[in-house]
Amino acid sequence: MCLAIPGKIESIEHQYGGLVRMAKVVFGGIRKEASLEMVPQAKAGDYVLVHVGVAISIIDEEEAQKTFSYLEGIGELEELMPPKEHRGQD
Amino acid sequence: MKFLHEYRNPALAQQYLEEIHKRTTQAWTLMEVCGGQTHGLVKNGILSLLPDQIRMVHGPGCPVCVTPLHLIDKAVHLALEKEVILCSFGDMLRVPGSEKSLLEAKAEGADVRILYSPLEAVQLAEAHPHRQVVFFAVGFETTAPANALSVLHAQRKGLKNYAILASQVLVPPAMEAVIQDPENIIQAFLAAGHVCTVMGLSEYEPLVARYKLPIVVSGFEPIDLLQGILMTIQQLEKGIYQLENQYSRVVKPEGNPEAQKVIEQVFEVSDREWRGIGLIPKSGYAVRPEMAEFDALQKFSVNLPPARECPDCIAGQVLKGLKKPHECSQFARQCTPVHPLGAPMVSSEGACAAYYHFRKPNW
Repeated sequence: MCLAIPGKIESIEHQYGGLVRMAKVVFGGIRKEASLEMVPQAKAGDYVLVHVGVAISIIDEEEAQKTFSYLEGIGELEELMPPKEHRGQD
Repeated sequence: MKFLHEYRNPALAQQYLEEIHKRTTQAWTLMEVCGGQTHGLVKNGILSLLPDQIRMVHGPGCPVCVTPLHLIDKAVHLALEKEVILCSFGDMLRVPGSEKSLLEAKAEGADVRILYSPLEAVQLAEAHPHRQVVFFAVGFETTAPANALSVLHAQRKGLKNYAILASQVLVPPAMEAVIQDPENIIQAFLAAGHVCTVMGLSEYEPLVARYKLPIVVSGFEPIDLLQGILMTIQQLEKGIYQLENQYSRVVKPEGNPEAQKVIEQVFEVSDREWRGIGLIPKSGYAVRPEMAEFDALQKFSVNLPPARECPDCIAGQVLKGLKKPHECSQFARQCTPVHPLGAPMVSSEGACAAYYHFRKPNW
């Protein structure tokens, strides 16, 4: 149900008398229409996360890289900052 | 596909697994909240690659599974007796009702249609002005904006023949119900990434503080899940509890304000019954009174006898993480995706369906 797929905005058109922005979004060769009403700043070429015909987020390319460098990061971080006994919030 | 396939890289998965093994020194029980995450873990074989000390318990995050039986009965009734065009996401069709499923109603001649988006249901209503169209609006916070948007589109077009049968549930109250269960064994959560894409992180801070357990908002691809598990294990092993966001490429701390606005225009928070779990206060959305003309429950009067659950199905215990699907006496015997006894065997997010499709010989 919560399945959402990243796709690239190919083109944008206005519907309902200019009130609603709809996009053609490409998912690995498959084109589907998606509403851009929840992502007003999205533009052609952006990657958006589409769920049941509605784009719910613009994918942040910089943040997307963090998963690939995370493992290197945690080793370095721990050298800098040894674990404290308790850092939670009360 | 960009932003998908690179998160399925086997070499990187191996590195994450090694790190998880290295850092796990004792037994931990984690719950992945969303059924999409459950399928990701089972389908990719991650459960059997994790250290034996890590027990992943599958959460209630399948809206189809927790949709109350009486709503399915109402959908069947609307389709068969009120002769509406009853539209739904595909998953709902085979979920058994007290008497029959929507698919069986369709076989009897009801006009039941599977749609990809609620916005298509509005187009259908526009194309069939003399028919009533009802969309079975099932979902968590992820789907609420699209379901709400369909109502706003119908309103904008002045349609009088469109309504939704809302079965909208909310994740944080369900997580709290799981924690408060006297039998709870969960020590940390992987929170549902796409729910947080819409709602943001603020609802989870109080849970972390109140129950002193780590919550890591995670994605759905294998690398996302492994990173989420690693982040959680690191906290548990250090004895700390924080809210962390593994899925920052789509989840912003504030969520999606536009989507939240649309939800608020159409829905208000209400108490909700969860199938297999029971009533959870303030755990769902109901259509606002001022939008009553788009609420199928108010538009059509439906009085049905009380719903009847299948006595052999242990879906409630599976949804609360107390039992694994293959621990059910009916699993893969009387209960299969073709002949399901309960919703978790039907849905593409149901834990029972995940275990069935990717089951091991000893399950």
